[in-house]
Amino acid sequence: MTTARDRTAVDAPELRRRVRALLDAHPPADTGRLDFLRARFDAGLAWVHYPAGLGGLDAPRSLQAVVDAELEAAGAPDNDPRRIGIGLGMAAPTILGFGTDEQRARLLRPLWTGEEVWCQLFSEPGAGSDLAALGTRAVRDGDGWVVDGQKVWTSSAHLARWAILIARTDPDLPKHRGITYFVCDMTDPGVEVRPLRQITGEAEFNEVFLTGVRIPDSHRLGEVGEGWRVAQTTLMNERVAIGGGRIPREGGMVGLVATTWRDRPELRTHDLHQRLLRLWVDAEAARLAGERLRQQLALGQPGPEGSAMKLAFARLNQELSALELELLGEEGLGYDDWTLRRPEHVDFTGREAGYRYLRAKGNSIEGGTSEVLLNIIAERVLGLPPEPRTDKDLPWKDLPR
Amino acid sequence: MSTPDLLYSEAEDDLRAAVRSLLTDRCPAPAVLAQAESDRPYDPAVWRALGAEMGTAGLLVPDKLGGQGATAREVAVVMEELGRAVAPVPYLTSAVLAVSALLGCDTDEDAVARLLRELAGGRTTGTLVLPLPGTPGEELPPATVRSGREGTLSGEVRGVAGTLGAELLLVPADGPGGYGLYAVTATDPGVTVTALTSLDLTRPLATVTLDRAPARRVAEADRARSALRRALLTGAGLLASEQLGVAEWCLTEAVRHTRERHQFGRPIGSFQALKHRMAALWLELVSARAAARHAADALATDSPDIEVAVAVAQAYCGEVAVHAAEECVQLHGGIGMTWEHPAHLYLKRAKSAEIALGTPGRHRQLLAGLVDLPAPTG
Repeated sequence: MTTARDRTAVDAPELRRRVRALLDAHPPADTGRLDFLRARFDAGLAWVHYPAGLGGLDAPRSLQAVVDAELEAAGAPDNDPRRIGIGLGMAAPTILGFGTDEQRARLLRPLWTGEEVWCQLFSEPGAGSDLAALGTRAVRDGDGWVVDGQKVWTSSAHLARWAILIARTDPDLPKHRGITYFVCDMTDPGVEVRPLRQITGEAEFNEVFLTGVRIPDSHRLGEVGEGWRVAQTTLMNERVAIGGGRIPREGGMVGLVATTWRDRPELRTHDLHQRLLRLWVDAEAARLAGERLRQQLALGQPGPEGSAMKLAFARLNQELSALELELLGEEGLGYDDWTLRRPEHVDFTGREAGYRYLRAKGNSIEGGTSEVLLNIIAERVLGLPPEPRTDKDLPWKDLPR
Repeated sequence: MSTPDLLYSEAEDDLRAAVRSLLTDRCPAPAVLAQAESDRPYDPAVWRALGAEMGTAGLLVPDKLGGQGATAREVAVVMEELGRAVAPVPYLTSAVLAVSALLGCDTDEDAVARLLRELAGGRTTGTLVLPLPGTPGEELPPATVRSGREGTLSGEVRGVAGTLGAELLLVPADGPGGYGLYAVTATDPGVTVTALTSLDLTRPLATVTLDRAPARRVAEADRARSALRRALLTGAGLLASEQLGVAEWCLTEAVRHTRERHQFGRPIGSFQALKHRMAALWLELVSARAAARHAADALATDSPDIEVAVAVAQAYCGEVAVHAAEECVQLHGGIGMTWEHPAHLYLKRAKSAEIALGTPGRHRQLLAGLVDLPAPTG
């Protein structure tokens, strides 16, 4: 049995035809970057698996690579995905999944073109691993909401036009049930963004203070009280976004240390040699595990190994960058620059050894601490029983804090 | 270098299911323990069913020599299952080490072809008479056996696995006739095999003493050396899959036990102090599986990366199996220290296998040369 959708399914030759039509109508050489990106979105070639009219063609997600390759070959501009990662990876799938037609039509196009940058207002000083304990309040006021609270670890907040926000709308319910999901206008006068200087001296992230911020009810995503469930979509897409392409042997941190080892024979010691060989083996085994995961995904058999990768790379980045500092000895006692900077892109293997050592400390905290990930593996993969919980059924307002 | 296939094919899954079903049926933990306490080196009925009747003894041997014409990938799957069951069968020593050594000889020679046919059929059991810790890639140790002009061998080799109950001994020997690999029939006069009390109850070792034992040379000089090196490399690479199987059983049983065992009014597996240790072990298993598959695939495809792949798999999987077995004992508490519970069989296999065919440390030393991470000078 074939459905209507199968009959109209867009295949690779059809996508190539549409790419050619786009390029003919808007030659990249004579078209402004933004005009080209808008035309690409309107042609359904932005993210082909999205619905028609919202930048896509209801095509299989795997065919996006066909479009990207054709456009790259033609020298067309892209939307600088690293700059707008939160919008593309987290906000967009949530808006698509839970937004109204009006929200999708208003928000997705400028999100994809990069005209409007997005950030994520989830973590709070008092709600990190236990995100559902968040205390930012949203109180109904006429046909809208008034929000007060503080968010933290917000990248791109200083550039963002919009934020995805979760806030507590009913403190009398248990913590998971009293949360609602909103789109927050970052230009509201009640939003204050302050750089959050971190261990490396720079400020990748921000603190965001929300004081009497007004959000119209039309900017709510999903039902009142359903915010936790909506946020699961966002967080699941965050994990999908991690992964990436094939890594060659000695890709990443291990390659930097190995190169220093080869180039600087005068720095070698027996102790460091033993540790380096051990870490080299661990890194190669982890790389192979990542390759195996990619082969499983290509066959449509995703395994739970994805969470293993983040844990493995956090440990390896930390131990290898620490070893590199010791290897460098006297040079390891210096640091390139403590100035407060606001980097546009973050590269864990960038700058100098001291920066890499310090930045790697975040790898076991950001996007889920290693301890929480171990719990997830133990409970969801191995089927071990959860710790007894006292906080699941108590009203949020009665939780000890 | 082409991308290695790190997954299991459907045929490999089917082979696994068949081997597992046989071992579940014929080789449960109490039977393994009873076998270890008997004076037989292995269970001949299980070995016959697995090696001869199921045909796994000849997986590496080409069809025209009476084997299955399969590759190291399939053998690796058998090894995983044998590790999971700590099966007391001479598979590594006969179907992997002895077969690989003969495959490195001139298989157009009738004598070599005949021996391969016998091993492939699984009715004859053979082994390579080298101390089990021999490391591939290192200089071969000087032969402790001398060949005489009259075609006999004399000397002693200690710490040899798979000799007890074997009919065919493949012996490296040096002498007036030069270095060579010799075939000796274990039942001939002049051959004495003395059992050692071994740490690993399921893969017992022996001392082989030859006193003017009749022998036939199957390879000489460089051919013999390269055959031995290839056999050690194949054995080491595939041992990683056995170690993966051992580790898998240990983690599965630790999880099973800690879910059921209650103390302080709750299953002990709900304590983070314990569950984090098991999750960490699972992480090690994910990497161990990838490393073991990589080595098996490199052996199967004769990849240019074969030496690195084997050294990585051995440096990694040996320690994972030992860690898993040690955790299995600890997480079982008192019952893990008993003779009755099978955890000790896995610990003994894991620790022995870590030393077999090169310790992880020796494989890391090899990698230093293979991937250009040289030691400090002076």
